[in-house]
Amino acid sequence: MTSVRIPPVLRVHVDGQKEVDATGGTVGELLRDLVGRHPGLGEQLLTADGSLHRFVNIYLNGQDVRYLAGLDTSIGDRGSVIILPAMAGGSGRPTGV
Amino acid sequence: MTGTVATPTTNASLIDAIGNTPLVEISRFAANPRVRMLAKLEGMNPTGSVKDRVARHLVDGLEREDRLRPDSIILEPSSGNTGISLAMICLIRGYRLTVVMPDNVTRERRQLLEIYGASIIDSPGAIGSNGAIEMARRLVREDPRYVMADQYANLLNPLAHYETTGVEIVTDCPSVEVFVAGLGTGGTLMGVGRRLREHNPSVRIHAAEPMPGEAVQGLRSLDEGFVPEIFDASTIDGRHLVTTAESIEATRRLSRTEGIFAGVSSGGVLTVASRLAAAMESGTIVALLADGGWKYLSEDLWLSDPDDERLEALNLW
Repeated sequence: MTSVRIPPVLRVHVDGQKEVDATGGTVGELLRDLVGRHPGLGEQLLTADGSLHRFVNIYLNGQDVRYLAGLDTSIGDRGSVIILPAMAGGSGRPTGV
Repeated sequence: MTGTVATPTTNASLIDAIGNTPLVEISRFAANPRVRMLAKLEGMNPTGSVKDRVARHLVDGLEREDRLRPDSIILEPSSGNTGISLAMICLIRGYRLTVVMPDNVTRERRQLLEIYGASIIDSPGAIGSNGAIEMARRLVREDPRYVMADQYANLLNPLAHYETTGVEIVTDCPSVEVFVAGLGTGGTLMGVGRRLREHNPSVRIHAAEPMPGEAVQGLRSLDEGFVPEIFDASTIDGRHLVTTAESIEATRRLSRTEGIFAGVSSGGVLTVASRLAAAMESGTIVALLADGGWKYLSEDLWLSDPDDERLEALNLW
């Protein structure tokens, strides 16, 4: 199981949870498993052709997966995944999470 | 005798003193002795940040395009530094300036804008810079006096870095292999990245970005997301999240090891540079430190341990 951080804007699709579990060897498998459990996330995260929505960034251990192997990025045993909406930089209120 | 005697030079105004910032070895800070790490100190620009370079290019552009009338007011969304840079330049050149700024930025930024005579319009801090951009773009549509250069969409922003920052780095450190800067508008990463790649196609460009707090993510839907128009994702090689706590800790360590007092976003850049250095066998990293810590002193981030809740309420990047 990999824990996935859900941003506030998408929590309505996961019963308000801040973090949910999903399984998958790659980021793509993980997202498909996540959407299977929470169908409302489907068209939020992925486009019709199965690629990542333009305004969604997925980070594996703090790194944007678009610069790793994208949806084919292997997660490994101790991966942590964070989903964030694309927002303007300088957008402040960073936190010490 | 230390140093060399420079040829006497004067600047026609403070605007001409922008750029040519020092590149300083930070080997005491860098944890991996096989990796050479250098800091580009953009806080040594006239108003204390890298944005002086961008603001000069933006105002030059408005003049060149003949967009400024006697009743014009230059309007720009900014979380602080761009506004302060524009304010200094507008003061010298005789233009009126209004800055649209999230209401949760540090007191110093607001004070500096007032000292330079700029007007401020508050945008809701809960939606961060997204809110400032949206409000500024709406104001420009509604009031013909407003003229916006728009640092998020204007190619003069990356061009400023391509023509100045990037050239300085290549000149001062031709062996640069990795470049790290903060991701805001994307201007620094795009402009410096393009220049460095022309110099050495195998150079790697990495972005540090702040982990947004819960409170800032007040978007109603993902469609309100925003990617700056000037940001071309293919220019960079990696994008890394950094927490504010990590960023502040890095600036503390930098001030204690090197005597350099850097701003919070610089701490994020240094955190990423350190992560990359730890994974490198050898090489040279240039980290761009966008501003100094001076404009954040009122928040008491360094001598105390601010809790997450207080950090969450601030716009520090």
